[in-house]
Amino acid sequence: MEENNHRSRLPMRARLATTVGGAAATVSRLAGKGDGSVIGGIIGLRLEPDLLSLLAQGRRVVLVTGTNGKTTTTRLITAALRPLGQEIASNIYGANMEAGLTSALSRAPGAPLAVLETDEKYIPAMVKATSPRVVVLLNLSRDQMDRAAEIWLLARRWREALGNAPGCRVVANADDPLVAWAAGASRQVTWVAAGQRWRDDSWCCPHCGAHLERAGDDWSCPECGNRRPPVSWVLTGDAVIDPSGRARPLDLALPGRANRSNAVVALAVADAFGVNIAHALRELRGVTSVAGRYTQVSRRGCDIRLLLAKNPAGWLEALDVLAPPPVPVLLSVNAQGPDGRDTSWLWDVDYRRLRGRTVLVGGERRLDLAVRLEADEVPFRLVNDIDQAVDLAGAPHLEVLANYTAFQQYRAVLGRTE
Amino acid sequence: MRPLRLVWIYPDLLSTYGDRGNLLVLERRARLRGLPVEIIEVNSDQAIPRDGDIYLMGGGEDLPQTLATRRLQADSGLHQAVGQGAVLFAVCAGYQMVGMEFGGADDTPVAGLGLLDIRSGRGEQRAVGEIVADVDPALNVPRLTGFENHQGVTRLGPRARPLARTTLGTGNGDGTEGAYAGRVLGTYLHGPALVRNPGLADLLLSWAVGPLPPLPERAEELALRLRDERLTAVNAR
Repeated sequence: MEENNHRSRLPMRARLATTVGGAAATVSRLAGKGDGSVIGGIIGLRLEPDLLSLLAQGRRVVLVTGTNGKTTTTRLITAALRPLGQEIASNIYGANMEAGLTSALSRAPGAPLAVLETDEKYIPAMVKATSPRVVVLLNLSRDQMDRAAEIWLLARRWREALGNAPGCRVVANADDPLVAWAAGASRQVTWVAAGQRWRDDSWCCPHCGAHLERAGDDWSCPECGNRRPPVSWVLTGDAVIDPSGRARPLDLALPGRANRSNAVVALAVADAFGVNIAHALRELRGVTSVAGRYTQVSRRGCDIRLLLAKNPAGWLEALDVLAPPPVPVLLSVNAQGPDGRDTSWLWDVDYRRLRGRTVLVGGERRLDLAVRLEADEVPFRLVNDIDQAVDLAGAPHLEVLANYTAFQQYRAVLGRTE
Repeated sequence: MRPLRLVWIYPDLLSTYGDRGNLLVLERRARLRGLPVEIIEVNSDQAIPRDGDIYLMGGGEDLPQTLATRRLQADSGLHQAVGQGAVLFAVCAGYQMVGMEFGGADDTPVAGLGLLDIRSGRGEQRAVGEIVADVDPALNVPRLTGFENHQGVTRLGPRARPLARTTLGTGNGDGTEGAYAGRVLGTYLHGPALVRNPGLADLLLSWAVGPLPPLPERAEELALRLRDERLTAVNAR
């Protein structure tokens, strides 16, 4: 039998590094400081700076990146690859920088496959370190500009990295011009028509800057000839069309257009690994909640659904997912470090479709959101916490849409009632 | 009555983070006073109308900033409008663009639009965070509160006056923030700068239409609360 334990093939120092890192992660978990995946990886990397590439050697690695949908798509790809019957390493807790990837691999030493969510900025370094079989590019849009890189610059770095990764297949969204331009440097691309709801970051050609011509999902540059590449996978309504032209209903448990788009990408990746499409799809349908997103909880007789969105593109998609009126909606916004300390992005979202239903506004930066809603002539009421929202909603259902730390705060409160 | 024409310049290139907010604030504050408003969004493949009343320019990354400058120079509509007395409000990358020169990609100097006597280059450090600045008393506008996110350093020439003096944050880099001359006004407060600074919004409106009637009662209560909260959060009340 093939010895599948990759750890046994590691040099001594790397083995020591994974052991000490793993011990630190355990201590961190026991101390209640998160899942330990970051601290374990950090300590391991300090002992052996090449630990990530040593751990990645001999495995088939998939890197997943994009502004939105990384965590969910990573989860979906992991599910879609399950029919292979092999163990899969994955950073399911969303620790998506070098330490998080290192930790995910060291915790699954025998896994021949790895599906790793990767922060947008780290793609060049992680492509170099892990020599991935597949890199997934979902989308690229404005996000937490106070700490994130400018996106044209980011697209350029992706393009350079993928142009220098000859053994790597790129699965990319052809409908996002920035993504398509970045992926276009690769020699092997699987193009997916995954749709693009948010367009305010790609009106202009990423290659030459001219205003793009757009008709439906198609786009082309009138000046340099850059255009949407021909696609082999298509999301259309609730159906996926595979490269042979066969259409299948997706019927996901996860809600929304964005998740259907993520699922089609996951199918394209599974197909690249030789998984039967029908089998992969069956696995995707079984995914119901991802790291607390879309969770339904009950509080004081009210069924609450939690939706997470962190930036304008995410909010646009999430507003589409909301149950129709008259179900009331609680919007909640914080501006702590992980959220971005700048609330300017609130002005990039169009809230007018919330007119005509009960809207409650919470979170540490509720006044920023209140002024924004006022400008869009959306009536609302301010709330201090989730219980006040439940009381004011006075309805059997409440939809909650929150950004990162606001979402975590609600989860903590609601978790305690379970 | 001829509507107040608000012209948003190149939202396809110059709208990095919430820049639409300035348009919406001006629109709301005009309408609340009974002034009809016409909004004109001009993409970079369209001509700039010459007959706008207030022109708005937002932020942008290095490459879009250079592209937008080239197109505006070739178009010349903005120059004509400003020459005829139109108001121009420019934030962040837009602020640098209206000057004589700014640092493009790799900090190579790029000729600006020459509408404001300022020169910008790249500083050592990125300035990111809350900014508070006291406005030139001649303008009679309460202190500015906003967010800055730029790596620019701007020096004013003799034909421009500083808009404000910083008490928190970086602004132009020499203790001043923004600049104005005539009816051209620029600031490093980025994105929706007018949201927390309704006084500045009213200054622009009054430059365009003259003395403003008062707002309906309580119409700006939330905006003032937000402004208060943000100033308190940085101990600048």
